[in-house]
Amino acid sequence: MSKILLKVQNLEASIEKKKILKKLNLEINENEIHVIMGPNGSGKSTLSKILAGHPSYSIENGTVEFCQKNLLEMSPETRSHEGLFLAFQYPIEIAGVTNYDFLRIAYNEKQKYLKEPELDPLQFMELTQILLNKLKIKNEFLNRNLNEGFSGGEKKRNEILQMLLLNPKLIILDEIDSGLDIDAIKIICEEIKKNIRKNSSLVVITHYPRILNYLKPTFVHIMIDGKIVKSGNMELVDYLENKGYQDLNI
Amino acid sequence: MNEIKNKTNFEINQVINEPYKYGFETKIEKEEFPKGLNEEIITLISKKKNEPEFLQTFRLNAFKKWIKLKSPSWANLSINPINYNDITYYSIPKQKKKLNSLEEVDPEILKTFEKLGISLEEQKKLSNVAIDAVFDSVSIGTTYQEKLGKAGVIFCSISDAIKFYPNLVKKFLGTVISSGDNFFASLNSAVFTDGSFCYIPKNVTCPLELSTYFRINDKDAGQFERTLIIAEKNSAVNYLEGCTAPQFSENQLHAAIVELIAFENAKIKYSTVQNWYSGNEEGIGGIYNFVTKRGLCIGKNSNISWTQVETGSSITWKYPSCVLLGKNSSGEFYSIALTNNYQQADTGTKMIHLGENTTSKIISKGISCGNSKNSYRGLVKIGLNGAYARNFSQCDSFLIGSSSLACTYPYLDTWNSTAIIEHEAKISKISEEQLFYLTQRGIGIENAIGLLINGFCKDVVTMLPMEFATEADKLLSLKLEGTVG
Repeated sequence: MSKILLKVQNLEASIEKKKILKKLNLEINENEIHVIMGPNGSGKSTLSKILAGHPSYSIENGTVEFCQKNLLEMSPETRSHEGLFLAFQYPIEIAGVTNYDFLRIAYNEKQKYLKEPELDPLQFMELTQILLNKLKIKNEFLNRNLNEGFSGGEKKRNEILQMLLLNPKLIILDEIDSGLDIDAIKIICEEIKKNIRKNSSLVVITHYPRILNYLKPTFVHIMIDGKIVKSGNMELVDYLENKGYQDLNI
Repeated sequence: MNEIKNKTNFEINQVINEPYKYGFETKIEKEEFPKGLNEEIITLISKKKNEPEFLQTFRLNAFKKWIKLKSPSWANLSINPINYNDITYYSIPKQKKKLNSLEEVDPEILKTFEKLGISLEEQKKLSNVAIDAVFDSVSIGTTYQEKLGKAGVIFCSISDAIKFYPNLVKKFLGTVISSGDNFFASLNSAVFTDGSFCYIPKNVTCPLELSTYFRINDKDAGQFERTLIIAEKNSAVNYLEGCTAPQFSENQLHAAIVELIAFENAKIKYSTVQNWYSGNEEGIGGIYNFVTKRGLCIGKNSNISWTQVETGSSITWKYPSCVLLGKNSSGEFYSIALTNNYQQADTGTKMIHLGENTTSKIISKGISCGNSKNSYRGLVKIGLNGAYARNFSQCDSFLIGSSSLACTYPYLDTWNSTAIIEHEAKISKISEEQLFYLTQRGIGIENAIGLLINGFCKDVVTMLPMEFATEADKLLSLKLEGTVG
């Protein structure tokens, strides 16, 4: 049996006294792809932010274990170093900081945490070169300020570049398909599948079943009003496509 | 999760409140005058320094103007009243005999500069920077004088300049900032004790970067230094200034003057990294920094560029300015002012366009944290003859925390309708989403803040000379971050 990567039990969380997650349960093993679908405002993106440690939310109940460690006790950066990666729906722009500097600092911080050697600018350039080629990204991408003036597609690619660089165990893709054309979705999904490390797992938050043609899910979860109300496989997606969320009989 | 949030805030505070590293005091024997300011003390300073008569007259005239002037109250600063009779106006390290070379300087003082990261022993110094070190009221030594001498460049303490080049000093001293210019300028003109002097002859590009390092050591002494830089036709010079002071619970007064004169085609680039002691986290102690800096672009096509990184002082009152008289002359002002705790800064520039086709550029970045107050105040004036003058100003403020204050006071005064003036201003707050994004990528909160600040200041830091850019980065890091990668 494969190992448990993430175990969320009875998780309740709120923001400004408004309850967003209500006794949510989720278990993810290694080597799995979980899809979370649900209507707007059901708490999907909130779940991803809470798992990544966003400081605005308060946890009221429940536990989250990540690789047998208590995730809720870790700072956001420790969660990242431990192998949790969140690809943002709207990657943040940062003025005056080049993509290259940002990537190198992020990479070296992780190396430091893992007590692995840090890379100097030249060595790091070699490493990124390989990834850039894989993702078919031009070099000048690195000299631009972090996400500043990037197109929607470029921002998402940059998220994938960061993901490959940080080599995470659990990857949460928060609407990675929003704002991307069909070809771009296909390329990005293929790159993700091809390049993620062995035994890592994906959580795919999406509104559109299209992406599931490329990332074949092990499980499909339907999230409504702060909890997972139904879990199943691809058949569940087909059912949703025909009937929508209202006819789920829960 | 709230706990984590509080922890984050706590960490931000810890990071910002990195203690002052240069707060030590050097115990040395010193020679000083009694406290207080009057004609007798001024005459005594002048006598002590064996000054020519014109200088004593200059000082006494300035004093006469000073007693009639009032301390300016228009700045957005709250200043405790200063008792000018409780200040020592002359304090120098005691020397047994006249110094002939650096080796004879009190080893304690050399050690002080070593501790500050300034080595006065030439072989250990960066090979392309000449340094004049000023300790309290007196210049301790100037490096690389011989090499500069070969190029015809004069770089020495202003006391030496008065002694050896009295005609140059007489010709230029007080021509850009008159002895009655303002309260603090008059005070300085009356009591200045040392500072740097620099003369670049015609057609010479100064082979080294020139640098003065100011250190206030004495608890009760004010530091009133004066810098005069003259760049003759077709010459160029790069000048750097650094400052620190020990940590005392009393406030020390620093009232300096810097005058720059650029003749035809000459270029002066003046950079400052100011890190005077800024007081403790409750706002006790720290330097009162009242500085008048002004450059005169007198010749055609001349250029004066000010770059400043202001991180220290309890109070900063400082407006490095350019008077653009020569046709096609240009002035620049690049500034980063970072305030924390109870620091107050009212800083900016004046660009006075008097000549035709003159241009100026102002880039100001203010960062306020803690309970500090950070104001940009800038004047762009176009005179009647300033046809086709152009100015571009950009003033950005960055707020960290919710108790700090950022203000922008731009003044425009145009007398010529052909001028073009642009002004941009922006205030931003450190955003939680930016921090979350960076921390999600494994960059700890302090590095994340550092990265955001560095990004914010980048336009200005890139204007600093290499050696200083590193120092400025370090300083911003010290104030804001542990270490930045």
